[in-house]
Amino acid sequence: MNDKLKVIAGLIVFFAIFSYPFWNNIFNKENPEHKPVLSAEAEKAKECVRSKDYMTKEHMQLLDIWRDKVVRSGERVYKYGNGKEYNMSLSNTCLGCHTSKAEFCDRCHDYASVKPYCWDCHIDPKENK
Amino acid sequence: MVDVPKPEELIKVDNKPPAKGWMDVPPDISAGKYPYPAQPKSLKYLDLPNPRDWSPLDDDWQLPENWKEIVHEGLKERLDKYRSLKVFMDTCVRCGACADKCHFYIGSGDPKNMPVLRAELLRSIYRNDFTAAGKIMSLFPGGKRLAGARTLTKDIIKEWFSYFYQCSECRRCSVFCPYGIDTAEITMMGRELLNLLGINIHWIKDPVSNCFRTGNHLGIQPQNFKEIVEFFCEDIEEITGVTINPSFNRKGAEILFITPSGDAFADPGTYTFMGYLLLFEHIGLDYTFSTYASEGGNFGLFTSAEMMKRLNSKMYAEASRLGVKWILGGECGHMWRVINQYMDTMNGPADFLEMPVSPITGTKFENAASTKMVHIAEFTADLIRHNKLKLDPSRNDHLVVTYHDSCNPARAMGLFEEPRYVINNVCNNFYEMPESTIKENTFCCGSGSGLNTEEIMETRLQGGLPRANAVKHVHDKNGVNMLSCVCAIDRAVFPPLMDYWVPGVDVTGVHELVGNALVMEGEIERTTNLRFEPLGDTEGDSDE
Amino acid sequence: MNGNYIFSLITVVVLGLLAFFGTTVFGLQYLFGVIVPYACVIWFVFGILKRMLGWANSPVPFRITTTCGQQKSLPWIKQNRIDNPSTGIETIIRMILEIVLFRSLFRNTKSDITASGKVTYIWEKWLWVGALAFHYSFLVVIVRHMRFFTDPVPYLISMLEYFDSLFKIEFVGEVVGTSLQIGLPGFFISGLVLLAAILFLFSRRVLISQVRYISLPADFFPLFLLMGIAGTGIFMRYFSKVDIISIKELTMGLATFCIPDGAVLAGLSSVFYIHLFLVCILLAYFPFSKLMHMGGVFLSPTRNLPNNSRARRHINPWNYPVKVHTYDEYEDEFREKMIEAGLPVEKES
Repeated sequence: MNDKLKVIAGLIVFFAIFSYPFWNNIFNKENPEHKPVLSAEAEKAKECVRSKDYMTKEHMQLLDIWRDKVVRSGERVYKYGNGKEYNMSLSNTCLGCHTSKAEFCDRCHDYASVKPYCWDCHIDPKENK
Repeated sequence: MVDVPKPEELIKVDNKPPAKGWMDVPPDISAGKYPYPAQPKSLKYLDLPNPRDWSPLDDDWQLPENWKEIVHEGLKERLDKYRSLKVFMDTCVRCGACADKCHFYIGSGDPKNMPVLRAELLRSIYRNDFTAAGKIMSLFPGGKRLAGARTLTKDIIKEWFSYFYQCSECRRCSVFCPYGIDTAEITMMGRELLNLLGINIHWIKDPVSNCFRTGNHLGIQPQNFKEIVEFFCEDIEEITGVTINPSFNRKGAEILFITPSGDAFADPGTYTFMGYLLLFEHIGLDYTFSTYASEGGNFGLFTSAEMMKRLNSKMYAEASRLGVKWILGGECGHMWRVINQYMDTMNGPADFLEMPVSPITGTKFENAASTKMVHIAEFTADLIRHNKLKLDPSRNDHLVVTYHDSCNPARAMGLFEEPRYVINNVCNNFYEMPESTIKENTFCCGSGSGLNTEEIMETRLQGGLPRANAVKHVHDKNGVNMLSCVCAIDRAVFPPLMDYWVPGVDVTGVHELVGNALVMEGEIERTTNLRFEPLGDTEGDSDE
Repeated sequence: MNGNYIFSLITVVVLGLLAFFGTTVFGLQYLFGVIVPYACVIWFVFGILKRMLGWANSPVPFRITTTCGQQKSLPWIKQNRIDNPSTGIETIIRMILEIVLFRSLFRNTKSDITASGKVTYIWEKWLWVGALAFHYSFLVVIVRHMRFFTDPVPYLISMLEYFDSLFKIEFVGEVVGTSLQIGLPGFFISGLVLLAAILFLFSRRVLISQVRYISLPADFFPLFLLMGIAGTGIFMRYFSKVDIISIKELTMGLATFCIPDGAVLAGLSSVFYIHLFLVCILLAYFPFSKLMHMGGVFLSPTRNLPNNSRARRHINPWNYPVKVHTYDEYEDEFREKMIEAGLPVEKES
């Protein structure tokens, strides 16, 4: 029955779409360079404003809170567990250590298809030199 | 008529579901709630299984010993034969869109009249017997019920009997179902399974065995059929002065005309029959009636696909024997489901016939190129379009007409505009019922699919409520006093339905209106219509 | 009747706990992160094949189109080509509208009987709206998730993410002593619509007495399952936060058959494992449940056939000869009466 052929054709289309993650990657080799590179400054500092685990997962929230505090309440000093004080500044504090946006921020963001809007306002000093 | 509550009582529909789950609610099989079972002689005549005297009131329905196996194997066979059944068993998501589309549910409030639950009656057995999920869940205590499955019991057979004979196979639910699940298909399968056990109803089996033997549901023998039609001709002569001599079983006629025998038998269908006779005389059609194929309807459809085929075979057999060119079919509901969707597939190819061409207008009916059978409304609409009829619609001026789309021509064919075109050309006062009750949304008369039997009058009146209520709407608003239709079952069941819910509305076939409007050559001045009611005054029966 | 949804809810909770304890207590990350996903995908594929071919194996003996518009008959009568198609193309258009826009459901009405005894019908669009919202937001969510299975992420998927997060909903402030922040990462509208639509579909099943009456556990289970999936997804993204790079290392590993080492698996949050496990259950459950309506809608004979069986003969592959009552038998019985009545006969006596 030709009708059965139609069903099989439909199934082939469906499974072709369904298996997209598998066949897509045959042609697109995974980019191994998705891990952030720590700059010399960062290596030297040894620690970030908070733990590595926290920063990996929640840095975006921290930055959001920083922005809110700086812009809305004029607070500029961030204090956390280790007692050290930091200036709440993306350009100075964050990028002070993580000097390369391309090698630090973008690596993960590109890999995970995340498009933060930090750079709508802030400029990456290196890219704009 | 069995005692039925007053309309004011019956309209108070309680649609609150019972506290118990539906699997725990037994069907009401008491006097007035079930159609009478078929007589053994009908079953014997048709070689159907398990003929016996029984009553649904009996505790023991005298099923064959291996009844369980019969049902299981029967269901299996049908799942393999019908994709519709298989897909409809599997895809329902129970969204409930079908629930209040069923006239029996609207009229009765009984949740098992929701199409979804009607299907679940069968689906629960299907899950138990044929699905992996049902089988796995059955391993756990209480799991069967959680899976919506249940083991077939004799009580379930009784439940099937009750509810598959509370569905008129009207297909309204299938219009609204997002997956097109058609409860008619499920009811048909359910009834086939019941038939395997010898559970059938008299009102279907008696016509079926009659039709098998005499060629029509009413058991009219050839000589009587001829007499009846000649009697109509006498009436026509008295009313119009025109003499008509129709032929029967005449070889070499161009067209074989087949219409439901109900119209040869009972008012107001008889007037529709007279309308056909006048029309064919008016245009000088070369046609013949057959006494062997003297039935348009097919109660086999309400029994099984096989029985439908056995009865339907006569149409082509007779067309072939008489050597006609094509077949013209009269006004009937389920007849047209059979012709449009089954006949050619079952009993074709009709290669001994020719492409239907109207001998009057030359119009080729290409939509019937293969089946070679044309609906009278298509035929007449074409005649009117080509100005081949001399009509005086004012003769129908005492009528304020509305039109009921019969379920099957509506949802299994799409015959909407042809009859409306005819009506609008033969009468001057026409009003449509509300949108949600006409065309594809039309409501069944409540008695289709072999349910037009007296003993279940209450159920029929409940099922007919939505239709009657829409008629009442135009009766109150526009003064409608005549309900027209193209279905012989409608013509038989609407009069009591109207008397009950909308007194003052009468029932007519479309071709009765045509017959009254036709200005025949050489006719005398008409003083009455085909019903011998005087013309000229706006008496219109018991209106107001 | 309450048992129906309690049972389904408990099942989903137990499944979630299974993944939770399996990964946190028993260290079964490899089972839940690799073996179960592969098994479920294979199960899903074979299940779909079995069901679809099972349906296809049963023939369509008759052309039982449900006609919802004027048929094609006389040339001057306008045919409703979508609702009563007579050609293949028209039927395909009908099917597309059915599948893409849920056209039949769009017709939905609600009937009622007023105190004065009038049967009324009102257009009931909410089920249609809810169903569309559910299916399309679910589709968007699924497509969005392709970012975990592609590297580089294709432009179309990033575009979808962009539009999905077009509405910026942000909140930063103190709530009960802790600073609460919502809005970063960017808020996806599809997730919220999905969860809202599931809750809508669930609530109509519970609140409308007729729908509650017809509902089975199998109707509640997928809803709870999807609530669990959407809930854990939203929870991970906006509340608990997860190491998205490690997750993508696993998902990419699954797609390229190159599983990352145990440290990556061990580092993933248990919420992620619950999320993944519920998705796997959904895949495995899919082919053997009502969810197969996804495939069934394509095969419904009342929709996918043109209404042209009078113009073109439809073939029933199992058509078989039946016992009929022939004209000769008929004439034999009635011959004398026919002759007496002057009806023509084939054989004189």
